[in-house]
Amino acid sequence: MFVAWRDLRFAKGRFALMGSVVVLVTLLVGLLSGLTAGLARENVSAVTGLPASHVAFAAPPGQQEVSFTRSRVTEEAWRVWRDAPGVRSADPLGIRTADAAAGERTAAVSVFGVEPGGPLAPAAGGGPGPGRVVLTERAAEELGGLTAGSRLAIGPLELTVAAVAGTAAYSHTPVVWADLDDWQRLGSPGSGSDAASGATAATVIAVDATDGADLAAADRAAGTETQTVADALGAIGSYRSENGSLQLMRGFLFAISALVTGAFFTVWTIQRSGDVAVLKALGASTPYLLRDALGQAVVMLALGTGLGTALAAGLGALISGGDVPFVLDAGTVLVPAAVMIVLGALGAALSIRRITAVDPLTALGSAR
Amino acid sequence: MTLLVHDATLTYPDGEGRLTALDAVALEVPAGTLTAVVGPSGSGKSSLLAVAATLVTPDCGRVVVAGRDTARLTPAEKSALRREEIGIVFQQPNLLPSLTAAEQLLAMAHLSGRPPRALRRRALELLDAVGLADKADKRPHELSGGQRQRVNIARALMNEPSVLLVDEPTSALDHERGAAVLDLLAALTRERSTATVLVTHDRTHLERADRTAVMADGRLTEPLPAA
Ligand SMILES: Nc1ncnc2c1ncn2[C@@H]1O[C@H](COP(=O)(O)OP(=O)(O)OP(=O)(O)O)[C@@H](O)[C@H]1O
Ligand SMILES: [Mg+2]
Repeated sequence: MFVAWRDLRFAKGRFALMGSVVVLVTLLVGLLSGLTAGLARENVSAVTGLPASHVAFAAPPGQQEVSFTRSRVTEEAWRVWRDAPGVRSADPLGIRTADAAAGERTAAVSVFGVEPGGPLAPAAGGGPGPGRVVLTERAAEELGGLTAGSRLAIGPLELTVAAVAGTAAYSHTPVVWADLDDWQRLGSPGSGSDAASGATAATVIAVDATDGADLAAADRAAGTETQTVADALGAIGSYRSENGSLQLMRGFLFAISALVTGAFFTVWTIQRSGDVAVLKALGASTPYLLRDALGQAVVMLALGTGLGTALAAGLGALISGGDVPFVLDAGTVLVPAAVMIVLGALGAALSIRRITAVDPLTALGSAR
Repeated sequence: MTLLVHDATLTYPDGEGRLTALDAVALEVPAGTLTAVVGPSGSGKSSLLAVAATLVTPDCGRVVVAGRDTARLTPAEKSALRREEIGIVFQQPNLLPSLTAAEQLLAMAHLSGRPPRALRRRALELLDAVGLADKADKRPHELSGGQRQRVNIARALMNEPSVLLVDEPTSALDHERGAAVLDLLAALTRERSTATVLVTHDRTHLERADRTAVMADGRLTEPLPAA
């Protein structure tokens, strides 16, 4: 990179302009990635944190897709699952969004009904039990800083806080871990008929299965439809729509940066085709010139992306303390940076290709 | 013989037919001599240099540079031959705008895979030889036309070529500067023992040449010693 380095410094202005576009796009992609991950965490962390490999939903009628809001599984279904071969554990999980109140304060929470002492129940403070719940930190905070022993009401239930632990969240609301029996009584306030009949025992079944388990057979026997935990996230309505549009935006930004980089290097390569002809006439091989030009593109992309990523990380650190859901880790910051460099280099490589076609003969004579 | 062009014919597509730029041209240039080629515009002088520089392959005939028959070389081998054995002095200086005078020469070293750092002394010596010792760190836009042309000559000599091909080096210069560049080329040809071909319009240049050939309509006369 003898000539390319010096070109880079000589044409500082042009490269700085292009570099700042890369910086800004990277900054945007970095912030968007952090935000996407942050929103996803608020949406699904309670589900991804379950000690389970699969989620069994009630089989939806017709061609409909499974969904957490519409699923109702019976006690019978999870007994079938528990006895299915290759299944380490299968536990009912009730999910319901409700308003919690403590004194003057109210907050929307997701009540997760689990069997006390079961694998799904958090262990802190003895875990949830009849009349006792475990609050996640944000739930406790939103209800006015509740601590172990505080009292709160959810629907018809009067409950005591057993412990405050964890950060699990579901569909943008903090999770409250409750006894499954208590959870069942939330369903139809007053009547309690569901609980009595056992028709609606829970929302889904959290299944921990070995690789060899015949899930399809168990599904048929229990009348359920099973998905891996990762696929099951798509059954959370808010997650699916949010994540879809954020990923689309990110994809467009990647495409834009590759196109803009490609366009810049197309113009740049055309501008210096006279110099390229001279270098070829002087004996520079085409691979030498291609290497030189690609190296130049990668240097610019790496500097721009590095700066943009640093800015995104800095801004992310500033805002992630507050109310904005923002996840700052190597994955959310470095992966988009690497993708930016690779896609940008690809765009540049396509434009730089035209070096191959430059005829050294044009360097001779007066016609340049 | 350091440069040998034997019965080279070169045609370009021209509408329906073909235009003959070189018609069975023969030229032999021994090391340490300067052969001048004169002729009217469009007679094929630059085409002869392009063939000798391996930038175009003649339709038929042979080109031998430093003992190597160029017909059998791959494009990569031709590039290598141009780097190592052929120096080209362009009609326009064709300097790279981002490089200083010294770096124009060092880029040649880099092309051939030699570390530019180690060759800085040689580059400065060459710039000194063309009278530009004090301009080593100037970029092309800070040099005059004549100075640029002298950097162009020094660059052609950087990799110690055995063949030096010069295309109308003085066309952009006034008469006095042109004469100085010519003297320099003649001196360097002897000093560095290159087989030099000089294409020129200017008949006053011929007195510095060892031999002169005349190009007309793609045909080259037998080179004769200068009178
Ligand atoms: N790339 C090309 N394609 C087609 N025809 C060409 C090409 N290069 C040169 N010619 C033709 O070949 C003939 C010889 O051209 P050449 O450039 O060798 O002339 P020249 O003697 O160098 O002229 P000048 O003194 O004006 O530089 C001319 O008729 C020219 O039009
Ligand atoms: Mg010419």
